[in-house]
Amino acid sequence: MGFPDRIERTVELAAAPSKVWAALTTAEGLGAWFGDEATIDLRPGGSARMKWAGGHTADMRVERVEEPSVFGFTWHIYGLPEGDPRRTYVEFTLEPAGAGTRLRVVETGFAQLPEDMYHKAYDGNTQGWASELGELAAYLDAA
Amino acid sequence: MPPDIEAIAEQVFVALADPTRRAILAALASAGPATATDLAGRLPITRQAIAKHLALLAEAGLVTAEPGERRRVRYRLRSAPMQVAQQFLAALARDWEGPLDALKDRLDQHAHGPTATPLREIRGHSP
Repeated sequence: MGFPDRIERTVELAAAPSKVWAALTTAEGLGAWFGDEATIDLRPGGSARMKWAGGHTADMRVERVEEPSVFGFTWHIYGLPEGDPRRTYVEFTLEPAGAGTRLRVVETGFAQLPEDMYHKAYDGNTQGWASELGELAAYLDAA
Repeated sequence: MPPDIEAIAEQVFVALADPTRRAILAALASAGPATATDLAGRLPITRQAIAKHLALLAEAGLVTAEPGERRRVRYRLRSAPMQVAQQFLAALARDWEGPLDALKDRLDQHAHGPTATPLREIRGHSP
């Protein structure tokens, strides 16, 4: 199947897991290598945000925090409209490798599709807009 | 994953591969539902060619036909298949190489301090 649901990369790093953990889970770390600046509330359910100089931002929701080996978050699917509820899940796994760290990143959920999305979501939106616009028209008519 | 997702994405990409169909979809996206006659007035394409492309787009589920004024058929963009195709594009566009290289560079810089272990020794390990 040509449709990738999962992206996986492994990288060997010279730094110890504690250093890598800090780079992944602190505002200072994330703002240094991933975004241009970052904030993070490091607990399951906490929010994190990265900003880039170009004005792009990424909002994340922290899901797993198991220091110093597993850090997981979800974020918005690139390209889908703002507010679309679908998200991908990103999980970093850190394993000691000699004095360094083997870091694996797995991002899953690109092919997710709620069963009813194909019909309901679209039709719901269409109806939603039709009824919103109808309400607006009714409101303006009454004025 | 439902089995028809890839088929849906493929139909979107086939539709978008043709410049006339891209123009029709862009017109429907930017100005809302329109009849074949409306589109022929706005695009440098004959009404016959537009009708042919609209039939193909309707078959692919990218537009739906609905009754319009004066018994004319209006065509409306269906965004759901586009979103499916977008998920495919999102996977291709997600670039982990860049960030991971940046992470490696940053951590390596820090590791080059006077007390750090030289990199080559660590890279020699393969547990």
